[in-house]
Amino acid sequence: MLHDQETVLLQGHIIDSLILAKVLDTILMMGGTFDLQDMQIGKTREEPSRARVMVQASSAKLLSEILHAIQPHGASVENERDCRLAAAPAEGIFPEEFYATTHLPTQVRVRDQWVEVEGIEMDLGILVYPVRLTARTVPMGEVKQGDQVVIGREGVRVIPLQRPRNRDVFSFMESQVSSERPHGRVIGDIAKRLVQLRIGFREGKAGNKVLLAGGPAIVHAGGREALAWLIDEEFIHVLFCGNALPAHDMEVDLYGTSLGYGHAAGRVVPHGHEHHLRTINRIRAIGSFEAAVKSGVIKTGIMAACVRRGVQVVMAGTIRDDGPLPGVITDSLEAQAAMREAIPGIGMALLVASTLHAVATGNLLPATIPSVCVDVNPAVPTKLADRGSFQAVGLVMDAASFLRELARELAGCSTMRER
Amino acid sequence: MSRLLVCPPDYFKIEYEINPWMRRSNAVNSDEAIRQWHHLMQVLEQDVGAILERMKPVPGLPDLVFTANAGIVAGGKAVPSRFRYVERQKEEVYFADWFRAQGYEVVTLDPGSFFEGAGDLLGFPDIWFGGYRQRSDIRVYSTLSDWFHREIIPLELVDNRFYHLDTCLCPLSGGDLLYFPPAFDRYGQEVLAERIAPARRLVPPEAEALRFACNAVCVGKHLVLPAGCPETAFLLASRGYLPHPVPLDEFMKSGGSAKCLTLALD
Repeated sequence: MLHDQETVLLQGHIIDSLILAKVLDTILMMGGTFDLQDMQIGKTREEPSRARVMVQASSAKLLSEILHAIQPHGASVENERDCRLAAAPAEGIFPEEFYATTHLPTQVRVRDQWVEVEGIEMDLGILVYPVRLTARTVPMGEVKQGDQVVIGREGVRVIPLQRPRNRDVFSFMESQVSSERPHGRVIGDIAKRLVQLRIGFREGKAGNKVLLAGGPAIVHAGGREALAWLIDEEFIHVLFCGNALPAHDMEVDLYGTSLGYGHAAGRVVPHGHEHHLRTINRIRAIGSFEAAVKSGVIKTGIMAACVRRGVQVVMAGTIRDDGPLPGVITDSLEAQAAMREAIPGIGMALLVASTLHAVATGNLLPATIPSVCVDVNPAVPTKLADRGSFQAVGLVMDAASFLRELARELAGCSTMRER
Repeated sequence: MSRLLVCPPDYFKIEYEINPWMRRSNAVNSDEAIRQWHHLMQVLEQDVGAILERMKPVPGLPDLVFTANAGIVAGGKAVPSRFRYVERQKEEVYFADWFRAQGYEVVTLDPGSFFEGAGDLLGFPDIWFGGYRQRSDIRVYSTLSDWFHREIIPLELVDNRFYHLDTCLCPLSGGDLLYFPPAFDRYGQEVLAERIAPARRLVPPEAEALRFACNAVCVGKHLVLPAGCPETAFLLASRGYLPHPVPLDEFMKSGGSAKCLTLALD
């Protein structure tokens, strides 16, 4: 949850007079929170004390009401300076000393006002429109000559994440990933969130979409049916993948194999390695996977479910891709931009069995969005958890087991909740 | 020997309304006000033994008579008031000039800050209390604490009938405190209870607090307080003080009484 905040100073005999206690009580009673950032206590009775208090509230209006209430007790808003701006010297080049963003909510001070930076994402610059009093993140490659970019750290503040109100795995993760942790409880909590998000999504509320970024291991390991079910049941609303996940998913539909391995036969079938190429060729001939599903060529699986449910699919290609399938974006900056465009409205992200797509998606997500990273390789969830967010959960487990267990949990959960 | 600054009520009347006591319709009987003021002076000089320094009254400044609001004086230093209401801001220069003429080191607060002198700042030798919220701004106390090297405990005034601290709190020479707790919030009440032993806390009945029983001048064991506060007088006498009730109801029309009419000098 995004918090408005302002730092205030209190000085004088604020301890024995209970003025500090009164100010802090007032903040809490009005529904705000505070962070006592600095406290100097007078060494003698005559010597004054000094406190620096960061006041936080859930809205700008509440913050202003709280400040209004505590100012008569001596709480003065700390003088802050505007952020410094410099013009981008050329297209695609930030000015020297540019401020690089984190994935945490950020505000910049423009003309004596704190302005929310839109589109927060790590490792970008901040573009400020002083006249409109707005600010947004900008990737290095997209900056235009003359754009006003924030430089230095003055007048920039990063808002620490509040612990989420829900008492679930997302609220007390300590950014560590363990393969020895029982998964049942974590998956149960993820399922509860997905049920809540689906209710919000169906009511048309913003910020209730669920993103899944996944690799082909989902299909190879046997998680295809579970994921297709999750999509059909409207638990997933956006899919990020590469060329391989859709190719092998549709290969199963057309040939009963993934990467030549017969799902029913339980062994590699003769000439099976050609199946994914023939699948890609077929879809290229049809024009798109959407057309293939609509014309009845592809009937089952993940991509078919996506088309049935109108799930937004962003396919980002890599240099080893075969084909690729129509719709796969082969320019990686274009792919990044397409993924970025799909982020607003996401309320939760599941990053399953793909180092490349998990890390790329993780970099695009603000820390406020709960994310789950599932991989058999502990290095991937660890890399994601190292981003330092309360709301990143890492699970070291097989993609298919995760998706099946999640689907099983949801089948129970959703029927119970919606009965 | 106590020295007090006073100002004759030659021009005292109600020309504006800046506290809940003031009603322009409730006209001051000037002759009576002058009589009451002279009676108060007589008690202070003759019964209490105080030395009075008289300021020259100024036409058009009816509240100059309330010299408690001239500023605060200690250790040869004087800080003149910065009044909240424009009606009284015109007094500032006269008080500051008087302090200068008397040889005090005059230190002035920033324009735009509010501080109404000994009306809001009073205490014991080692600890002062600063009333805020109604007239003075709490922020001035950290500056004054620095200038006077005193601990100043700010106390919020929560009832606008007790708009200055000296209308509801009076530190007494023996370390006792005459005060009316409901004029403070629970934090203020707690602070005072913490600092002053129960036996030393003297509380007037509400009816007498509203007659400004706490607006008293304490010189040694003598206590000059408004007439009509018998229970308070009895309470003070039982603690060994010598109460001197003086009728001051003409000044109550303006929201002031004995203490408001004097400023302790050094």
